[in-house]
Amino acid sequence: MRFGLTEEQRLFDDSLRAFLADRVPIETLRQQAQTGRGFDPAIWQGLCELGLPGLLVPESYGGAGLGVLDAALSAEALGHAAAPIPFAASAVMAPLAFANSASRDQQSEFLPRIAAGEMRVGMAFAGIGGQTGDATLTLQGNRLSGRVQGALDAGEATHLLVYLPDGRAALVEAGANGVSAQVRRSVDRTRPVTDLSFENAESAVLDAANDRMAAALRVVDAGRVMLAADTLGAAQYMLDQAVAWAKERVQFGRVIGSFQGVKHTLAEIVTMLEPCRAFVWHAAYAQDALPDEARLFACQVKAHVGDVGREASRMATEVHGGMGFTDLLGLHYWFKRCTFDRQMLGGPQRCREEAARLQGWKLAG
Amino acid sequence: MDLTLSGKYEALQAEVRAFIREHGHKSPKVGGPRRDPDQKTRDWQKLLVEHGYAARTVPREYGGFGAQPDVLEAAVIADAFAEANVSQGLANQGISMLVPTLLEVGTEEQRRAYVGPTIRGDMFWCQGYSEPGSGSDLASVQTRAVLDGDEFVVNGQKIWTSSAHFADMMFLLCRTEPEMPKHAGLSYILLSMKTPGIEVRPLTTMTGRAEFNEVFFTDVRVPASQIVMSRGQGWHVANVTLKYERLYLGDANKMSVRLRKLVDLLQTTEIDGEKLMALPEYRDRLLRIQGEVMAWRAHQLRLRTEQADGVDSGVKRLIVKYGGTMLLWRMSALAVDAVGAAGLPYDPSETDDATAANLDYMFDIGMIIGGGSSNIQKNVIGERGLGLPREPKTQPAAAGGRA
Ligand SMILES: Cc1cc2nc3c(=O)[nH]c(=O)nc-3n(C[C@H](O)[C@H](O)[C@H](O)COP(=O)(O)OP(=O)(O)OC[C@H]3O[C@@H](n4cnc5c(N)ncnc54)[C@H](O)[C@@H]3O)c2cc1C
Repeated sequence: MRFGLTEEQRLFDDSLRAFLADRVPIETLRQQAQTGRGFDPAIWQGLCELGLPGLLVPESYGGAGLGVLDAALSAEALGHAAAPIPFAASAVMAPLAFANSASRDQQSEFLPRIAAGEMRVGMAFAGIGGQTGDATLTLQGNRLSGRVQGALDAGEATHLLVYLPDGRAALVEAGANGVSAQVRRSVDRTRPVTDLSFENAESAVLDAANDRMAAALRVVDAGRVMLAADTLGAAQYMLDQAVAWAKERVQFGRVIGSFQGVKHTLAEIVTMLEPCRAFVWHAAYAQDALPDEARLFACQVKAHVGDVGREASRMATEVHGGMGFTDLLGLHYWFKRCTFDRQMLGGPQRCREEAARLQGWKLAG
Repeated sequence: MDLTLSGKYEALQAEVRAFIREHGHKSPKVGGPRRDPDQKTRDWQKLLVEHGYAARTVPREYGGFGAQPDVLEAAVIADAFAEANVSQGLANQGISMLVPTLLEVGTEEQRRAYVGPTIRGDMFWCQGYSEPGSGSDLASVQTRAVLDGDEFVVNGQKIWTSSAHFADMMFLLCRTEPEMPKHAGLSYILLSMKTPGIEVRPLTTMTGRAEFNEVFFTDVRVPASQIVMSRGQGWHVANVTLKYERLYLGDANKMSVRLRKLVDLLQTTEIDGEKLMALPEYRDRLLRIQGEVMAWRAHQLRLRTEQADGVDSGVKRLIVKYGGTMLLWRMSALAVDAVGAAGLPYDPSETDDATAANLDYMFDIGMIIGGGSSNIQKNVIGERGLGLPREPKTQPAAAGGRA
């Protein structure tokens, strides 16, 4: 028994982080922010070579057959780099959706393509998973109609996978007849949100799970853990930058990190942020290994890390003074990463509400 | 990562539950009064040590159970006791601070003499660090120990000494080399509180109980062999103890026990005829706390694994005291708000829920101050954990701190 990472996990993390440090410089972020579509072909290609899209795809379908914890480590590294690529939906939730809800045939048709990185899946939920905005989806046979706002990872997706309120999911090809996607630059310029509408579009319906709602929620939960991990990475980056800045910037003839006010601000950040790392690991591990606690972990980790991310990103910005507020350092990309993660798939309030219901803590009236 | 309750852990869980079914009625009340432990508490402690549910990893030759460190074993045991609301045994300055210190830097004789009786609850310790002029700036202590033949002669005064009014022994930080720079002139000495020349005067605290004391030393003679490590190394030893103290003060097991009690309290307590758990303001505070406790529990599991691997956890360890004591205080604050006006009657000698809530609510502030206050913790986290520069010294001897 141990609570920690394996040697392989560390090595993979090192190589992923080295790749990202090399290939996602701030100039790339700035370029990507112009389009805001959350997709850089060159970075994507490199990540495919590292095997990122197939992390969770079973080996028999050409993936690495790893677990949600491995994916969470990658999500943290991507958040740390503010990498403008699809991941939480495309590389984590979608493969899990196929594993949980697709027929054998559907799995063998699509999973190898996900693992190879040739299929990228944008995802949206109607009526579950903390959906906000409009959502009116209906299925007639395999014909999908209606609209849903705020799809994740859909900027340059080849496919779109949408969940209906009853837990069924429908997969369509982007650009197929009756499918339209309006990509909108989000406050986080590294990842867009996309509004989808469908008119009698032909879809593959994923409905092979015994308990379709439970299967759908497992997908939402894994996504929540990914977003928490992304926030952890982004907030850690901001803390690292703030510490480095505090050791350099001089005022009143001293480096500002020697002032207790600044030192204590940074101590506050690390005190709230560091336990989030173990929490994310635990929550991710729970998705695969602790079925009775998996939902509670997912809801609570999303809520807690979302709150910590908000505080930490604000305080780290403050430590940079006026520089933190400008575009010159680009620190705001990470602030916005936290902002995006917090709202997507349900903010802390929504997630705690679910955590309360899970435990039977019902409100009066 | 492997937290599966497979094989031996399931067996251990069954074993602990069976133990609790058979012996649980002998347990003292959980979170009971902080005073001289009674016979029931001491008997319970011996039973736990015998079965390896307390002092589990202390080597057998020193009276422990001699198990290999195993995070999940510890968690399985803690959880079984918490779910049954049964005491997990004594946690005090001797067991949680002095014993690990001796195991780390004590001599063979010192370990043999003190570890066994301490973990069994037969020997109680107090910590002689703070003085009226030396609190946060601990390295400035003035209590003197002068070597006379093969004995130290101690003179001076300590203050805020918890449990000194019933402790058998003290670990004392004193000055043996006044001519040396302040951190290098200290020694760490173990002495019996029965030694002639020691006077203990209880100080009543804000809880209404006498939890700590002033201790006066007048020509107190202590064998020179009672020193831990050697003369001038007291600051190092004192910091070994502080390391354990700070982990003990932010213990996440205590949070789990309190979380269960809070859930129970909110589910059973009513205001204007409605259960607190059905009211969003109460429920939401509990949910937030639950998330924080989950984070600190996971963090503790991670630290324990690193400890078992012999890894120095650095900043991860340094944040425990500050983060843990602040969360524990927020938990007792919610308990006080839950018992509400009906919880205001207060007699510190009682042990009912409302008194316990109010007692924790005050005592937890003491935990925030003791063992190095939050400000000092934040200095340590910033300087040692994040590598930030120290405050410039205003005068040569003024800096330092309980660090
Ligand atoms: C419940 C309780 C139990 C205790 N038990 C023991 C015991 O058993 N044995 C023992 O030896 N001691 C014990 N203590 C003493 C405890 O360790 C000291 O109270 C503590 O270290 C603070 O010292 P002080 O009280 O002198 O406060 P001070 O050092 O005077 O501090 C007062 C305030 O100033 C702040 N401050 C001081 N220096 C700095 C600085 N450099 N930067 C920023 N802020 C600063 C502090 O944070 C604090 O808020 C106990 C204390 C309490 C409350």
